[in-house]
Amino acid sequence: MSLATSQGIAEIKARNKELIQEVLKVYPEKTAKRRAKHLNVHEIGKSDCGVKSNLKSIPGVMTIRGCAYAGSKGVVWGPIKDMIHISHGPVGCGQYSWGSRRNYYVGTTGIDSFVTLQFTSDFQEKDIVFGGDKKLVKIIDEIQELFPLNNGITIQSECPIGLIGDDIEAVSRAKSKEYEGKTIVPVRCEGFRGVSQSLGHHIANDAVRDWVFDKVTPESKPTFEPTPYDVAIIGDYNIGGDAWSSRILLEEMGLRVIAQWSGDGSLAELEATPKAKLNVLHCYRSMNYISRHMEEKFGIPWCEYNFFGPSKIVESLRKIAGYFDDKIKEGAERVIEKYQPLVDAVIAKYRPRLEGKSVMLFVGGLRPRHVIGAYEDLGMEVVGTGYEFGHNDDYQRTAQHYVKDGTLIYDDVTGYEFERFVEKIQPDLVGSGIKEKYVFQKMGVPFRQMHSWDYSGPYHGYDGFAVFARDMDMAINSPIWKKTKAPWKNVSKPKLMAAE
Amino acid sequence: MAQSAEHVLDHFELFRGPEYQQMLANKKKMFENPRDPAEVERVREWSKTAEYREKNFAREALTVNPAKACQPLGAVFASVGFEGTLPFVHGSQGCVAYYRSHLSRHFKEPSSCVSSSMTEDAAVFGGLNNMIDGLANSYNMYKPKMIAVSTTCMAEVIGDDLNAFIKTSKEKGSVPADFDVPFAHTPAFVGSHVTGYDNALKGILEHFWDGKAGTASKLERAPNKKINLIGGFDGYTVGNIREIKRIFELMGIQNTVLADNSDVFDTPTDGEFRMYDGGTTLEDAANAVHAKATISMQQWCTEKTLPFIADHGQEVVAFNYPVGVSATDEFLMALSRISGKDIPEELARERGRLVDAMADSSAHIHGKKFAIYGDPDLCYGLAAFLLEVGAEPIHVLATNGNKAWEEKMQALFGSSPFGQNCHAYPGRDLWHMRSLLFTEPVDFLIGNTYGKYLERDTGTPLIRIGFPIFDRHHHHRSPLWGYQGGMNVLVKILDKIFDEIDKKTNIAGKTDYSFDIIR
Repeated sequence: MSLATSQGIAEIKARNKELIQEVLKVYPEKTAKRRAKHLNVHEIGKSDCGVKSNLKSIPGVMTIRGCAYAGSKGVVWGPIKDMIHISHGPVGCGQYSWGSRRNYYVGTTGIDSFVTLQFTSDFQEKDIVFGGDKKLVKIIDEIQELFPLNNGITIQSECPIGLIGDDIEAVSRAKSKEYEGKTIVPVRCEGFRGVSQSLGHHIANDAVRDWVFDKVTPESKPTFEPTPYDVAIIGDYNIGGDAWSSRILLEEMGLRVIAQWSGDGSLAELEATPKAKLNVLHCYRSMNYISRHMEEKFGIPWCEYNFFGPSKIVESLRKIAGYFDDKIKEGAERVIEKYQPLVDAVIAKYRPRLEGKSVMLFVGGLRPRHVIGAYEDLGMEVVGTGYEFGHNDDYQRTAQHYVKDGTLIYDDVTGYEFERFVEKIQPDLVGSGIKEKYVFQKMGVPFRQMHSWDYSGPYHGYDGFAVFARDMDMAINSPIWKKTKAPWKNVSKPKLMAAE
Repeated sequence: MAQSAEHVLDHFELFRGPEYQQMLANKKKMFENPRDPAEVERVREWSKTAEYREKNFAREALTVNPAKACQPLGAVFASVGFEGTLPFVHGSQGCVAYYRSHLSRHFKEPSSCVSSSMTEDAAVFGGLNNMIDGLANSYNMYKPKMIAVSTTCMAEVIGDDLNAFIKTSKEKGSVPADFDVPFAHTPAFVGSHVTGYDNALKGILEHFWDGKAGTASKLERAPNKKINLIGGFDGYTVGNIREIKRIFELMGIQNTVLADNSDVFDTPTDGEFRMYDGGTTLEDAANAVHAKATISMQQWCTEKTLPFIADHGQEVVAFNYPVGVSATDEFLMALSRISGKDIPEELARERGRLVDAMADSSAHIHGKKFAIYGDPDLCYGLAAFLLEVGAEPIHVLATNGNKAWEEKMQALFGSSPFGQNCHAYPGRDLWHMRSLLFTEPVDFLIGNTYGKYLERDTGTPLIRIGFPIFDRHHHHRSPLWGYQGGMNVLVKILDKIFDEIDKKTNIAGKTDYSFDIIR
């Protein structure tokens, strides 16, 4: 049953505040003081969610966060399909991030596309002692020989590279020259930099700016005839094909997508992007930097959009169309109309099964707010949310456009806090990542992975909304959740704290 | 628009529709600056050749698709095998996110582990403060009985001294002075996850046996009749450890399984999240010094641990991931010899059943050629089993195998008429394996989930045995060790063989004269 209807808003707020105080009790004083700043109950009308963010995680807690390398190689650069991305350093980072993000692409793997290969310099002790630059030189030569159809190379630095002072920039410059101006990009995304994946996104964006854009002169002609309707999709990683189910809508409304970043992307598309008339930005957190850069340097406007759930899709299509003429505006209305029967059918089928169900979210830097609309379209309510690596501007956007009064907010939540919150609030669904999945399922709480859609997808766009709705129904209404308690163990847990 | 509420299409079917196919074709043609398809085809064909293989095997610096992970993963895996133990990895936090994800994706289970979350300032000034605060936080939040510390490459490059750091943390009151905080240095740029397993296990035993880092007196060994068993890094730990415990029980042998993580990677869904479950008790870990002998199921997972144990006066015996009849025979006879207990009739009957199954099916495996890759011991165990059923393990590859492993593998091949054309490849990766499969094809490939890329590229059917297995569920729950385990391996292999025969014979009116009901 919906929390909002079962309890007054004041009661919910009081309960959530009490919950925060309760979890803080477990920490040593210094830690409690630091963690208190990251937990809050949202007050309607406030400009942000009232939490600190983008600060260092506390040692010894189970943070869900990753590192700068994960942000650069795992998210931004890794999906660029025709380039080879070297995990430069010891074997582990490349191995653990190998093929685990479902960035779909079309290409001949190992010949002209390389996303699901693991290239590593596999650092040994002698590389640490003597430095890895010479090895890197050789690696690039060997790549050229064995993978001649690669269109470029990036070097994704792991922790030791920065610590031992390797000059990967010099190697990149020299090898680029040797291979006739080949794009070779050094990325200083060592895992110890910054407080989370987030700095890795920023560093990766800066590397695009410095090592891709700066090679292409603004005057250089694109390889295609420009049109007034050229746009680039920025910040969609094509998890389960998300960027494709987004792209099709933009094209149906009359726009021409000249580049996709970075899911199913290619170097040519990166290079072409400064020719776009508008950059449409999905994941603000990971790619606002390069969008702002293109605005400043090339005068390309950018706008954020949200393709989760029909309400937000409609809003976003109109917003994007607003940058263009009537032809595109009419195109947007045509698309909205075309898909309305699908939306109606999906909602008619799934809303009755999901109405009033409560959700708690904890994801990276975008979805903790963007998916809220999709849940609401299905009659569901998000009662708690927070970011792994969001910044204050993410919490502003969340407060101003997405969350309801009284929502529990938890930034960089620790495993301990998240477990206690879920245990007490007993939502009908938790949406988070693989590390959290089995914890909550053991507790008998349905779960969906909201980083990778649990091997399903797409979730973006109208086609994706149908999959999203089906998946939420499947998770929440699976008969298995009625079996978690053995029938002879007749203990019923109170659903809500207020009932205790 | 193909999508509908009644028949929801997800990525499998959605993108095969004409609208999407057209869209993707346009994208490629107009914006991707694609390579000439003929050129792609030419390079693809070239990559299958002996010439390419030669270049591929000549590479010295680049590694492509390695079949190994890094040390701390093994340390975390070993640490959770002890009662109430929280693994604590000293270094940057992203690593821990990766270890937890990796283990969770294989076992479909929670994986609990904390990090000291070191960032730039720790890189400059060292991670002592992170250790002091981190231990205090972990201790208060997660109420562990023990915190097992290991390192990442970052902490190792800057040279953090765990012994001194833990001592200082205790002095500062992070955890009580008598709280158990064993540790191991596990640099990611040395060895692999099996080395990390070895280092962490040795660190934990050293802690209990050799005076808890100078805070207690060393244990005086008082020999008893118990036998210690070490499983090693093993994706089948849940099924395997339980199978060995059953065998111990059947034989009436008192035992201690060291680093018993079978329960923590197999907790029930019953409304409760158990962060800690099962595991070797700390008391048992300490008392393991008194055991009569220690048996390791994996030699290369215990290269340092076993000599350490031997130095404390016990007999030590190492096996190489025993799979099948002879390997299990040897294991049981060693158990019997050391414990003085007879091998019970029940196990003899199980043996007979495995031999029976092998005899029933050997015609289908005999002479078939296999390629195997994985951890050194697993490769050995599987290759020995294949030889036993008259198959030929033509290419056996271990990215984390060394010279000694190669020699031992070659000796194994030399011992069987079926091993005459077989070769061991230490230090090579799965891109090397790709060349091997193209230039010297085999009938089947055995390895972990990443082998599906090899299966796709080379058409060699993949039998999934190894770690990690991400794309199939629940394999880890069944044992591969013991006669029962041998039966499981046999069935896995046979199922694939029969599936392939059916696939090749199911074209109606053309090949289906051999589409037999009886096999």
